Amino acid sequence: MDFTIILQAGIASGTVLLFATIGELFSERAGVLNLGVEGMMLIGAMSAFSTTIATGNPWLGVLVAMFFAGLISQIHAFIVITLQADQVVSGLSLTFLGAGISLVLGEGLSKAGTVSLLPSFSIPLLTLIPIIGKIFFTNQSVLVYVGYLLVPLAWYYINHTRPGLHLRAVGEYPSAADALGINVFRMRYFYVFIGGMLAGLAGATISLAVSPGWFSELTTGGQGWIAIGLVIFAQWDPIRAAFGAYAFGALRRLILDIQGPLVLFGFNNPFYYNPYLGFFLQMLPYLFTVIVLVIGSREAMRKRIGAPAALGNPYIRGERGK
Amino acid sequence: MTNQTSSTHGPSSEAPLIVEMRGIVKKFPGVLANDHVNFELKRGEIHGLLGENGAGKSTLMNVLAGLYRQEAGTILVNGEPKVFSSPRDAINAGIGMVHQHFMLVPSQTVTENILLGLDDPRFFLRLPDYDTKIAELGERFGLKVDPRAKVWQLSVGEQQRVEILKMLYRGVNVLIMDEPTAVLAPQEIEGLFVTLRAMIAQGKSVIFISHKLQEVSVIADRVSVLRRGVATASGIASKGVSRQELARLMVGRDVIFSLDKKPSQPGEVVLDVRDIYAENDKGLPALRGISLNVRAGEIVGVAGVAGNGQSELSQVISGMRECKQGHVTLAGDTVSNRTTLFGIQHGMAYVPEDRTHVGSAPNLSITDNVIMKKYRTAPILKRGLLDMKAATSLANELKQAYDIIVPNVSTPVRLLSGGNLQRVILAREISGLPAFMVAVQPTRGLDVGAIEGVHRLLLAQREAGAAVLLVSEELEELLSLSDRVYVIYEGRIMGEVKVGGGEPDESLIDTIGQMMTGTPLEQIQKEGVAAHD
Repeated sequence: MDFTIILQAGIASGTVLLFATIGELFSERAGVLNLGVEGMMLIGAMSAFSTTIATGNPWLGVLVAMFFAGLISQIHAFIVITLQADQVVSGLSLTFLGAGISLVLGEGLSKAGTVSLLPSFSIPLLTLIPIIGKIFFTNQSVLVYVGYLLVPLAWYYINHTRPGLHLRAVGEYPSAADALGINVFRMRYFYVFIGGMLAGLAGATISLAVSPGWFSELTTGGQGWIAIGLVIFAQWDPIRAAFGAYAFGALRRLILDIQGPLVLFGFNNPFYYNPYLGFFLQMLPYLFTVIVLVIGSREAMRKRIGAPAALGNPYIRGERGK
Repeated sequence: MTNQTSSTHGPSSEAPLIVEMRGIVKKFPGVLANDHVNFELKRGEIHGLLGENGAGKSTLMNVLAGLYRQEAGTILVNGEPKVFSSPRDAINAGIGMVHQHFMLVPSQTVTENILLGLDDPRFFLRLPDYDTKIAELGERFGLKVDPRAKVWQLSVGEQQRVEILKMLYRGVNVLIMDEPTAVLAPQEIEGLFVTLRAMIAQGKSVIFISHKLQEVSVIADRVSVLRRGVATASGIASKGVSRQELARLMVGRDVIFSLDKKPSQPGEVVLDVRDIYAENDKGLPALRGISLNVRAGEIVGVAGVAGNGQSELSQVISGMRECKQGHVTLAGDTVSNRTTLFGIQHGMAYVPEDRTHVGSAPNLSITDNVIMKKYRTAPILKRGLLDMKAATSLANELKQAYDIIVPNVSTPVRLLSGGNLQRVILAREISGLPAFMVAVQPTRGLDVGAIEGVHRLLLAQREAGAAVLLVSEELEELLSLSDRVYVIYEGRIMGEVKVGGGEPDESLIDTIGQMMTGTPLEQIQKEGVAAHD
């Protein structure tokens, strides 16, 4: 087994998680929990693939994916921001809605054959760096490089720009922001939309780059949930989110690849001979997600790890104080 | 609080009016909060706005600050009529308000909080540039605060300074301060007064909302008084009017400034707190080795600026927070880190700070709320079921005895006024004949009449031989009720002082004030002795 190849593939696979995680991070930083990431990713993957088949243009596929996933996120935004309903319930429904829509509209897409994919290329010079060059900069999809750019941009935007300042205020203390003339409702709609677009991009990354094709709900395979766990794990920080996303991407690849060879480090590979061990390994990322979500849902723990203070609460104008 | 006389450089009588409010009417469902109120503010004055809680002071000023829209009446700023539909409009017209509850984002720095909502900086924050700008502005008005500090690291007094800076940075000429001293220690109040005087010296005007007569007569040039939404005095010079007169204007009758308190006869130690440590919600140390005791038949006060561990202390005692180290005993039984039920069964009563969420179940009826500690035993429990008839008759008895003013006891308690709700909670706690009661901020937000009632109930407990621990941020309340007062600062007890009957003397208040800002009692006494030598 060549670990650099596994890691190289892991970075690509981690890019999917990265987009979804950063998207959810924006939404949560504005105070809106959106559990519909999985559904929005499915919409994105399906519409990207379908558009590319129809037009032959994968770039158009990416745009359409982002647009539709953003659009469907606005259902959640309307329910929780305007109607002030429970964010958990609405987010869960969005997952089912997104899955349902994409399964119906994606019917037959899996037999549609191959499409033109997004280009992959290497970055000159940077590939020459030992190990790192091979893992990060050799023969990666264009979206992987977009991911590299997104992380520092997101970090800078949140921490060092005026709109980022407003974003943080809206998620921490919406009434303070409102009192100073910031439109809390509009900001929340906007960042839920951003979250949707990035989830759509994550979906497109799967179906047009990382594992091309449409395999109904197995296309995303629960990665939307891992992304939600990663946001908590990252303590709402884009840089940490990137580490988490790439680590999980690499882990996913490793788990798949480790079951291949007959011999591992000079021993009979137990994961090859006993498929149940493989299933166990495949379960681990989801187990991690469950644990992180359980921990992250405790009020005291959330305060401790720095969750946006208003996360999950509808903003009702005229309520003084908290 | 202070011996200083009111500012001598007040505005001349012909100073131009900067704000005029004419015939302001503001209604809330069921309440007429402002009934044709007139209010005038001169340039360069500090104008005290007096009134009891609920008299409509804050409402009137919220109208001026653009938070509420009046039903009738006009606002003139510099002689021009203005209509404010948001606080932003008011700020643009030069009027800003510092609310009682600070509107600051705890996780952001001082500068970030001040820049929030402004158009400059356009996109990139470049905070260091603004840090110096804000530090300079603070310097000018005597508002010392580190622009780079995160708000959650600041004391309440510092947070208030940030709020004032926020308004000054926006260039307001009229600053409305809503009960600004409620959260401050005596020394910090002095600092605030210095700032306010610096502001008027630089041509700004201040409206100072308060229900404390003494403060207003010290700081204000002129005073207006509201009672039940009606102005009973408009812009009278604060020098020419006595405290008694102002009190009458506020309350509508003569107020007796002392309580009928018999000399204390403390008995056995009932509550014994030994060297306890606890963490706050963020997992940071909140209590660092607190020891105190309360004897039967005495009221012991805990004084301190908000957020110095008072809430955590009361929660550890009542069993609602984990005690990391040390223990709390109630008449010999350890109650810390036990269930709250254990404490209740051993005579613990708890009047929590948060009346609506911890002290009561808002959607349940008065009956349900008063039986919450009694439903496990007869007469409420009958053959394993609740006897609602017995419960209702108990609730009716308590309604009579505690003067709870509602049509009937099936009313959900969320519909009650603060005073009535507190009486429901006290009725529940006291009727269990507790050996010990911890009461946290029992009179916060109540009107004068209701406060008097609560005070009487606490004193009655003391006379009945119960031990009472009273946690309050109102120094006057602590001094008039308590037999002893502990002062808490950053989770430690700074010292303990005995309180005699009658008017508390200035040196005692000064000592408590120093302890509230972190000087231990021994040090104060040492310095005091040194000063005498």
